[in-house]
Amino acid sequence: MKLDIRALGDLLIGDVQADRVVPPTGFTAWLTLFSAGAMAFLAVFALALSLATGRLAERWGDELARTATVRISAPEAQMAAQTTAALRVLETTTGVARARALDDAEQAALLEPWFGPDLPLDQLPIPRLIEVIETGDGFDAEGLRLRLQAEVPGAVLDDHTRWRAPLVQAADRLRLLGWLSLLLIGGATAAMITLAANAALAANAQVIQVLRLVGARDSYIARAFVRRFTLRALGGAAIGTALACLAILALPSTDAVAGGFLTGLGFQGWHRLWPPVVPLLAAVVAFAATRTAAHKTLEEMP
Amino acid sequence: MIELEDVAYNYGGGELLSEVSLSLSPGSFHFLTGPSGAGKTTLLKLCYGALVPTSGQLRLFGQDRREMARDDIATVRRRVGVVHQDCQFLDHLSVEDNIALPLSVSGRDLLAEGANLKELIGWVGLRERAKARPPELSGGERQRAALARAVIMSPDVILADEPTGNVDWEMSQRLLRLLIELNLMGKTILIATHDLALIRAAKAHVQARVLRIAARRLQLAGADL
Repeated sequence: MKLDIRALGDLLIGDVQADRVVPPTGFTAWLTLFSAGAMAFLAVFALALSLATGRLAERWGDELARTATVRISAPEAQMAAQTTAALRVLETTTGVARARALDDAEQAALLEPWFGPDLPLDQLPIPRLIEVIETGDGFDAEGLRLRLQAEVPGAVLDDHTRWRAPLVQAADRLRLLGWLSLLLIGGATAAMITLAANAALAANAQVIQVLRLVGARDSYIARAFVRRFTLRALGGAAIGTALACLAILALPSTDAVAGGFLTGLGFQGWHRLWPPVVPLLAAVVAFAATRTAAHKTLEEMP
Repeated sequence: MIELEDVAYNYGGGELLSEVSLSLSPGSFHFLTGPSGAGKTTLLKLCYGALVPTSGQLRLFGQDRREMARDDIATVRRRVGVVHQDCQFLDHLSVEDNIALPLSVSGRDLLAEGANLKELIGWVGLRERAKARPPELSGGERQRAALARAVIMSPDVILADEPTGNVDWEMSQRLLRLLIELNLMGKTILIATHDLALIRAAKAHVQARVLRIAARRLQLAGADL
């Protein structure tokens, strides 16, 4: 539907007399208020989920794209020599910013979640890990793999591509689902408000008849209903948004609980501007839905 | 102002009105009689544009009804005051707000019209009841409120459908006096009624033309009226 700027202006300015011609109470008022509130609540969560997965996808993409690991699996006697040889290869590889072998304590820390804190590393054939940090341009993974194969037989390069790509893809899909949910929520809101507006118009058929009898144009009658429903949707959505924001704020912080994704749902940076937009969008949806319903119904009324 | 020429109106497969010709000229006073169900209300609805004739020509203030858009009808309604037997008010508004409704819907400034509104409410004798809700009014008070609402826009024509149907003789005489006053001010009046005593009482004061609907056709009433 074409957005009528003049109609929006009338909506904002209002007309006290026109507002009063529609009886103030009725179940449609509560239906609109409740559905707008519930949908805004869900929309804020969908928005938070979408933005959080977006951040996650970017972080995983950025962080994993700049790191790689070289694993040295060699007999105990050759481990130190092969590690040194691998480090030498890495130092002379274009695109490698720095490389360093993890010490026993760091390797034990990595294994601790699976094997507990008292792992006897010196008695186990644990491979040595070398952390590789790339420059902005990155390195030629295939070339490095061939060099390592030639000079350090026990070295295996893992540039994380194998498991990074599906993770980033999953996060991107989740973000897309979030936006799709927002669209569905918007559509459901429009449908419910249209139903409520139609019910209100049907329930107020006599009011409409009286208004027409005294010379009211359909645009005047429609405006009275549209303004009422738009303001109700705005109010309900504002309440729903406020409650959703409080619920998100009440989620445990990343400091308190490990595993940041679920606890990182909050809005960050300029994304904090999004929640106030939700009630405004709900009002726009209500405006468009009620206006269409009102004009259609009035057109069909004798 | 309002002209019907050979108008017929059908509804539900049956013909309600046939070959109806009528011209409401400025300042004229008409009564419309006939038995219940004869089509008096239908004819009034045609006169204020609520119905479209099945055949024939209906012109409202010079416009062909068939060519009028909804907004044109709304404009006509501002020039034609209508008083229904069942009055039709917005029950959640006060009597004063109901009477002012035509001003509101036409975008007139209610503050500027405040004095006129008060004068009109006084004219119909409802000053004490201005803040009451319509369901709190008696039948006669409702009819007077409906009349006040019908004339607040200073319309050219006033159509009244059984305006004295629910009131006692004294009140019907009061309403009639108000309608006669309006006619003397130059308004065109058409009253649908089966109250012959009311017609006789009116004819003592104004030159009224009495029309009768019988067998779906409009004709001049006999000399006894």
